[in-house]
Amino acid sequence: MFYIYCPYCGEHREEEEFHPKGQAHIERPKEPEACSDEEWGDYLFFRDNPRGVHHEMWVHAVGCRKFFNVTRHTVSYEILETYKMGEQPSITADSQSQAREGAAVSQQEGVRA
Amino acid sequence: MSNAATFDTRTDTAIPVESPLAYSYRRSGAPQAGGPSRLQLRERAMLGHLILRGGAIVLDEAVRDVLGISLPGQPQALVQDASGERSIQWLSPDEWLVIVPGGEEFPLETKLREQLGSAHFAISDVSGGQTLLELSGEAARELLMKTVIYDVHPSNFPVGKGVTTVFAKATTILRRPSDERWELVVRRSFADYCYRWLLDAGAEFGINVQQ
Repeated sequence: MFYIYCPYCGEHREEEEFHPKGQAHIERPKEPEACSDEEWGDYLFFRDNPRGVHHEMWVHAVGCRKFFNVTRHTVSYEILETYKMGEQPSITADSQSQAREGAAVSQQEGVRA
Repeated sequence: MSNAATFDTRTDTAIPVESPLAYSYRRSGAPQAGGPSRLQLRERAMLGHLILRGGAIVLDEAVRDVLGISLPGQPQALVQDASGERSIQWLSPDEWLVIVPGGEEFPLETKLREQLGSAHFAISDVSGGQTLLELSGEAARELLMKTVIYDVHPSNFPVGKGVTTVFAKATTILRRPSDERWELVVRRSFADYCYRWLLDAGAEFGINVQQ
């Protein structure tokens, strides 16, 4: 079971109160008529399926009924952060891999010393 | 004044009114504890329930003027007036539940609409859609512990808090207006389910239903 922090309610709630709503930060093309079929198809049907950090949308269906974003690790299932709609994540796949490289470098240095 | 069409849902015609639990009382009865009871259940039917939606600052001003209570801005907050009969609860960042004695909701709605003028807001009268159940007694918290998924320990659920959560398998607003009293706001279509659940779960505490 997840214990999810709702950024609007300001506290952790049981997973039972939430519903996942798919990938976050999908932007509707400004001019749908100007899209190629491929672009429009990508927007409508194609979603990322990363191994690692993923940003997804959840809704606090039983509580405040607001949508918000969750950064979740798809391997460990760990929820790294939750943030309100319209905000940008502070933890991304890039920031995670940089942190890991940094840790690896310091480990190597530790070995050398 | 907005041009929304409003009408008083309480008519003067002599149609017998029944609480959402009327059927349940007939079907499941209202158990009375023989001896001293650790749990009391009482329905406070026919209250006026209003849902306010809009910006907190605009609504707060209007509600202060009309009702004399300030709008709770903090999540999960519940405020009451001095008599405890009128309350406002935070439901979401732009949504509040106002409960007032039955019959006051239409005059209140009208006054709020006048006060709010052309501001961006919505007021819906949901009095007919839900009912309020009141639990009291020392076993009330024990009963809630085996029913709701939310943590009802006093350290997490102080007086003046109210949350929307899952009660058995129904969505319920759970609130704590005073130390020994808990209130459940349930949908009228779920009222019979919740009532029978409460009777079943409360049997071990010798539940006492006051009609």
